[in-house]
Amino acid sequence: MDKHTNSDSRARLELAERNLQTQDTEISTSGPTLDQVDQARNSGAGSAPRNTEAKSQGRLIRERFFHHRGALAGMALLALIIILAFSSIGFAGIPGWWDKEYDVLADRFNEGKPTLSLWPFSLGEHPFGQDVLGRDYFALTMRGIQTSLIIAFIVGMVGTAIGTLIGAVAGYFRGWTEAVLMRFTDVVITIPTLVIAAVMAGIVARSGIIPFAVFLGLISWTGLARIVRGEFLSLREKEFVESAKSVGAKSARIIVRHILPNTVGVIIVSATLAISGAILLETALSFLGLGVKAPDTSLGKAINDNRSALTTRPWLFLWPGVFIVAIALAVNFIGDGLRDAFDPKQTRVKQ
Amino acid sequence: MTMNKYPQTFTDETRLADEPILTVKDLGVDFNVENTWMMAAEGVSYDIHPGEILAIVGESGSGKSMSSMALLGLLPRNGRSTGSARLLGQELIGASQSKLRKIRGNDIAMIFQEPMTALNPVLTVGEQIKEVIEQHTEASPARAKERAVELLRMVEIPDPEQRYESFPHQFSGGQRQRAMIAIALANDPILLIADEPTTALDVTVQAEVLELLRKLNRRLNSAVLLITHDMGVVADLADRVVVMEQGKIVETAPAKALFASPREPYTRRLLDAVPHLGSRVGGVLVDVEVVDGALQIHERYAETDRLRRQEHHDAGTVPALELANVDIAYPGRFRHPPTKVVHDVSFTINPGEVMGLVGESGSGKSTIARAVTGLLKTSAGRVSIAGTDITRLTTRQLLPLRKKFAIVFQDPAASLNPRLSIGDSIGEPLYLHEKLSRTALNKRVEALLEDVHLPVHFRNRYPHELSGGQRQRVGIARALSLRPSLLVADEPTSALDVSVQSKVLALLQELQREQGFACLFVSHDLAVVELLASHIAVLREGHMVEQGSTEQVLLHPQAAYTRKLLAAAPVPDPDEQAIRRNQRLALLGAGAAG
Repeated sequence: MDKHTNSDSRARLELAERNLQTQDTEISTSGPTLDQVDQARNSGAGSAPRNTEAKSQGRLIRERFFHHRGALAGMALLALIIILAFSSIGFAGIPGWWDKEYDVLADRFNEGKPTLSLWPFSLGEHPFGQDVLGRDYFALTMRGIQTSLIIAFIVGMVGTAIGTLIGAVAGYFRGWTEAVLMRFTDVVITIPTLVIAAVMAGIVARSGIIPFAVFLGLISWTGLARIVRGEFLSLREKEFVESAKSVGAKSARIIVRHILPNTVGVIIVSATLAISGAILLETALSFLGLGVKAPDTSLGKAINDNRSALTTRPWLFLWPGVFIVAIALAVNFIGDGLRDAFDPKQTRVKQ
Repeated sequence: MTMNKYPQTFTDETRLADEPILTVKDLGVDFNVENTWMMAAEGVSYDIHPGEILAIVGESGSGKSMSSMALLGLLPRNGRSTGSARLLGQELIGASQSKLRKIRGNDIAMIFQEPMTALNPVLTVGEQIKEVIEQHTEASPARAKERAVELLRMVEIPDPEQRYESFPHQFSGGQRQRAMIAIALANDPILLIADEPTTALDVTVQAEVLELLRKLNRRLNSAVLLITHDMGVVADLADRVVVMEQGKIVETAPAKALFASPREPYTRRLLDAVPHLGSRVGGVLVDVEVVDGALQIHERYAETDRLRRQEHHDAGTVPALELANVDIAYPGRFRHPPTKVVHDVSFTINPGEVMGLVGESGSGKSTIARAVTGLLKTSAGRVSIAGTDITRLTTRQLLPLRKKFAIVFQDPAASLNPRLSIGDSIGEPLYLHEKLSRTALNKRVEALLEDVHLPVHFRNRYPHELSGGQRQRVGIARALSLRPSLLVADEPTSALDVSVQSKVLALLQELQREQGFACLFVSHDLAVVELLASHIAVLREGHMVEQGSTEQVLLHPQAAYTRKLLAAAPVPDPDEQAIRRNQRLALLGAGAAG
């Protein structure tokens, strides 16, 4: 259908207008009042029961989101992964149901091959196998998922928040505010990530992954800021913004309630990409020894550590890879669902 | 060089009368939208004879454009056409693209609505005309250029030799449309299809272009298929009229018969919906009889109006809106001086009055509407709303005053936030100013929706789910939510079809009567303004040309520009339009002489 959206848009518009117009004449000739609508509802004469109750914006969005199958599947998959990762080996001192630790060396059992069998289902001693040092690879992978998820979401949130804020303020207020903010953005873009990371490596080693993730967020907002600014520049000239101004809405309200919802699609797509991007960035930095440090691990680090074992022990490569793909897919599906939920034109529910 | 390709057709007088140029029989157009075929037009049949102007009239979605595009094989890719259309016996429907290409621009030419987008901005106008000639004939480049200049002269462009080298952006809107007509006529087409040829133009320019089309039609004896929604244009130009509704032909009749006694109820409704200039005050320009080049001006109305104003002043009425010597300038860029768009404008609207602000594009009327609502800064003068000068207030000080005025915008699609439901859009001013609870707010929104005759369940809908008329009702409901004492309406109906426009105007009138707010009604359409306004102010290029009561301005306009504007507005009545045409020509002649 995308092939000829341009050529048939005119016809589409005309048809749409005609359908709406029949509505128009119906209404203006009969002019149903509250009572009439109620009557129609009670007698069930209308083709569909019409809801006269007011629905809040949030409720309408929720309804649309929960009718989006892809988004629901993505949510389920992500929830499953999160529950599995955090409940199995525990988190922050709370013990989990898996009895092995990710940093304990042990003898290799069955040459470290995975003992997981699906039919009949049994986990066995080491369901994902063991790495060269004899560590339980299931516990290791779970730990990696925890780290990677934390990093990815913190980076996604910090980057999206800063990027949106700076882009929105620059695009809406224009003038010197815009000049200062955008030049600042340009400066941040010119800083090479790796160099900064190398400088910051010491701090990361001392205080763990959360400051590391926040720091990654602090340098990865620039693209979004530019996109959001562009959207704001065009939206601020729209008449609905003028009409909000004319009733005395304050700048903050215009930005948050009127312009931002119209840019949500771009922001969410960008945020989901940022989350998958953060996993890769963290992988690259860990590989250079600038990110997550042993004995702690992340999915990226697990792949890097075992990259030479691809031919001999492929499972060491397989498990973290499967989870990276699964997480990225789930996040993208959720993003898709959110974008459609925020777009009122998306009336047709996607399968 | 004569380019008549069918000389025998035109010289044979008997054939000219009988043989139609184009015979359309049972033409149907369908579109494939998401794998279902939707009908856009069906059963369309008509004939066009040489020298005839046939108008196809209909509102948006009536299929009038699509059925004409089908003739030229210009349907979008998901469209298909059925039936038959014969151009001098040659079948067009289902003909190969290469055959149609030869016909397009040669036998059948088109004029489009938007002359700026239809001309290529990087080629000179002359070259674009020349190109069309070279494509379809064997003429040498020099010969083609000669012909192009000749065409530019024919469409009455001054200095055609120099203007040949001009680019489209150096032409005014009317000149661009003339250039388009020149391109269309380049190869002496036997049929000219004009799709809304004057919709994008101002009335005075429109009158000139229509005059040109009429003259050319008479001179070249080519048939014209005019597609339009404007009954005034039809009355001015057409010999026969085809009325379409929802893809079907409702009525076909000679123009005079159609306007005098429409047979079908739909045609009657359509004609009734068209605002008729002079219907309320009983005629326009009654004093314009050019006697020896002198114009009679009645001072009586001006006097009564002045007295009434004095009365209001003596009674101590605080005007709802008062502009005194207002200048508005758009800030200049670096090293460029600011552009002044409004010069020294003053007028007063008393409570409960409706003032129509009339002008052509670029007259600054929308700029004034925005300045009045505090959306634009004035550079000099005073704008008082209910006695308070808003030009010196800070945003914070202005806030409580914003309850007193509201604005309805021209484009209802653009003025509603696409991401807010209708209920939220309407409720926003209430929320901002009255801090109501959720339930109280909902109650008020319900009442407002009923006020503008929209069903209550619409509040959960989004703007794109509403038709143009419904959106504008929402715009009105939002503007009136705080019971303002002044409503500014910036061309509220110019984006709507006539039948919808008449309903929205009736609604505005009704609400104005009920609530008694003062209203500044900005429009380019004098007939619409006449329906609503008690006073009219005429703007031209940022200057106030004339103001007074509606009767005074329409019946006895004092400024030459107002007269020109009044004479240019087409009236949906062929006989009256003929009289007005002569009046306009006389006025222009008098203007040139004086």
